[in-house]
Amino acid sequence: MAGGLALRLGRGTAVGSRAVSEPTVVRWLLIGITLLFLTLFLFVPLIAVFAQGFAKGIRVYFASLFEADALAAIRLTLLATAIAVPVNLVFGVAAAWAIAKFEFVGKSVLITLIDLPFAVSPVISGLVYVLMFGLQGWLGPWLSAHDIKIIFAVPGIVLATMFITFPFIARELIPLMQAQGTEEEQAARVLGANGWQMFFRITLPNIKWGLLYGVILCNARAMGEFGAVSVVSGHIRGMTNTMPLHVEILYNEYNFAAAFAVASLLALLALVTLAAKSAVEWRVARQLKAAQTAGREEVRHEH
Amino acid sequence: MSIEVRHITKKFGSFTALDDVSLRVNSGELVALLGPSGSGKTTLLRVIAGLEVADTGSGPILFHDENMAATDVRHRRVGFVFQHYALFRHMTVFENVAFGLRVRPRSFRPGRAIIRQKVQHLLKLVQLDFLGDRYPSQLSGGQRQRVALARALAVEPQVLLLDEPFGALDAKVRIELRQWLRRLHDEIHITSVFVTHDQEEALELADRVVVMNQGRIAQVGTPDDVFHHPANEFVMNFLGHVNRFHGRMEGGQLHFGDVAMDAPVHSEHSSHAVRIFVRPHDWIIDDHANGKASLKAVISQVNAAGPHARIQTVTESGELIDVELSHERFRELSLQIGATVYLVPREIKLFADDADTCPACQAAREYAKMESRIQSPAGP
Repeated sequence: MAGGLALRLGRGTAVGSRAVSEPTVVRWLLIGITLLFLTLFLFVPLIAVFAQGFAKGIRVYFASLFEADALAAIRLTLLATAIAVPVNLVFGVAAAWAIAKFEFVGKSVLITLIDLPFAVSPVISGLVYVLMFGLQGWLGPWLSAHDIKIIFAVPGIVLATMFITFPFIARELIPLMQAQGTEEEQAARVLGANGWQMFFRITLPNIKWGLLYGVILCNARAMGEFGAVSVVSGHIRGMTNTMPLHVEILYNEYNFAAAFAVASLLALLALVTLAAKSAVEWRVARQLKAAQTAGREEVRHEH
Repeated sequence: MSIEVRHITKKFGSFTALDDVSLRVNSGELVALLGPSGSGKTTLLRVIAGLEVADTGSGPILFHDENMAATDVRHRRVGFVFQHYALFRHMTVFENVAFGLRVRPRSFRPGRAIIRQKVQHLLKLVQLDFLGDRYPSQLSGGQRQRVALARALAVEPQVLLLDEPFGALDAKVRIELRQWLRRLHDEIHITSVFVTHDQEEALELADRVVVMNQGRIAQVGTPDDVFHHPANEFVMNFLGHVNRFHGRMEGGQLHFGDVAMDAPVHSEHSSHAVRIFVRPHDWIIDDHANGKASLKAVISQVNAAGPHARIQTVTESGELIDVELSHERFRELSLQIGATVYLVPREIKLFADDADTCPACQAAREYAKMESRIQSPAGP
């Protein structure tokens, strides 16, 4: 109990108000429940993925990863990500810039549209592409007449990945850019900077951490996306299978060791993402806080 | 480099920020745009800078008789100091000041050594040469303000525009900095326009003051002019504290409260509702009636702190009158709350009541002559 009291006193001074702190028992109970939950539902499954992957030995593990279809799946996932992330980077910055720094008709519509991929189930997103580009779809006859294949081919997978991931970067940047306002850009203009100089010397350095954070999230989702890609892919082994789809196929074939080996690669990616994310996160928070403090000071001084 | 704008109008949606404004700032002058928020002063400054574009139909924006209205802000060569400085937060003080030189097209860009020398010179000018390596977040408000000024001067602007330059500073720093700015202006003599809502700042710092109200210029003049000869009620009200009464002019007499005073003024005002303005320091206060027409009032508040003693009195008809007097006079009369005093205005200003609706009346301002010691009638 003495330890608990010391902790409580310590916390009291650090956090500030003692009125909101709970009795020690309640606090430990809450912490315990949270840890138990995390262990059972997140940590154990994560361990299980690796355990299953290595269940038949390290040789089978690596054989599963370097098998031709697995390599093709990894390549396709990397390709889709390599296209989707840069495209969304450009789009996200442009959209966030437009929304945060200009007033125009249809702005709220644009904000809603950006959120659409979040709101819609990924399967529906995939189906939309099938409806548009599929053989029976609106553009289907024209596409097949010109011998362009989108659905059940690589372009469809790239498109679906782009669609699913496009809110991440824009969503991350909009609040940051809104909080920062346009005064620094105006100052740059008055000082003679042209548009590119203004963007690369002022705007980009100011948003770089938020941008990186968005890219990390976007990247993770692009590699992990299952639903939308599954609909448009057609599951052709070695051709249109991404890593998540490959895992599913292996699993359905009762090839557990191989399935979990590839899955462990995705899990590893998740861990790397989390580490990078938390590193960048506090820098973003700092940037946003700095911008907001500046904003508050401005408001205060105006009165 | 003189600045002249003619017939500038700027609307934001249904809000008219500038309504047919014309203004000339002479070369080397330091001019204040003074007005309450929403009066259009900042918009005018931003239109001059090129950060806002005046509505179509507006006249030219002349820098030394060259029309800049269609020139992009980048090419106007103005120095602009933003209200909240807008320093580049990811750059050091040195880099902030150097920015304007570094972004020049290659053929006009000075070499590294020259940039370094120039920035050092400017930082010395604003007395911050020892802070070149710091970031803006590590500076005090006054220091940021001076960095912003150095940055604006780095591009050798033709004119210097400052938006509420001292607005975000505390009172003491503010006074120091504005005296410093005045000295700096006397040194470098660049045509400068600054925006402020603080009348004291405008009156102390500027060569000429432009008083703005509701998107229009209410008066332009020297600080002395606008303070002592306000062109209209708005200027009178805005520049310093004032007591206001409603009264009537009848048969050469001015009636207000229960008092009638001789006021031989222009016949136009005979039997006319008028508004009467008296500044707190323009009252002659006495503890007994000396036979002249005066207002009888009872002291309700006393404040002897500050350069003058200030008292608040209530007349018999319930009107509040603020009076300022010297500490000597205050002690001499040994004034206390509840005491009865007699007030005679030393100088009053009259404006016709319907001046708001009748532009001709607005021009018809009058200085009433109240007794021999009061100035003779002036005005049109």
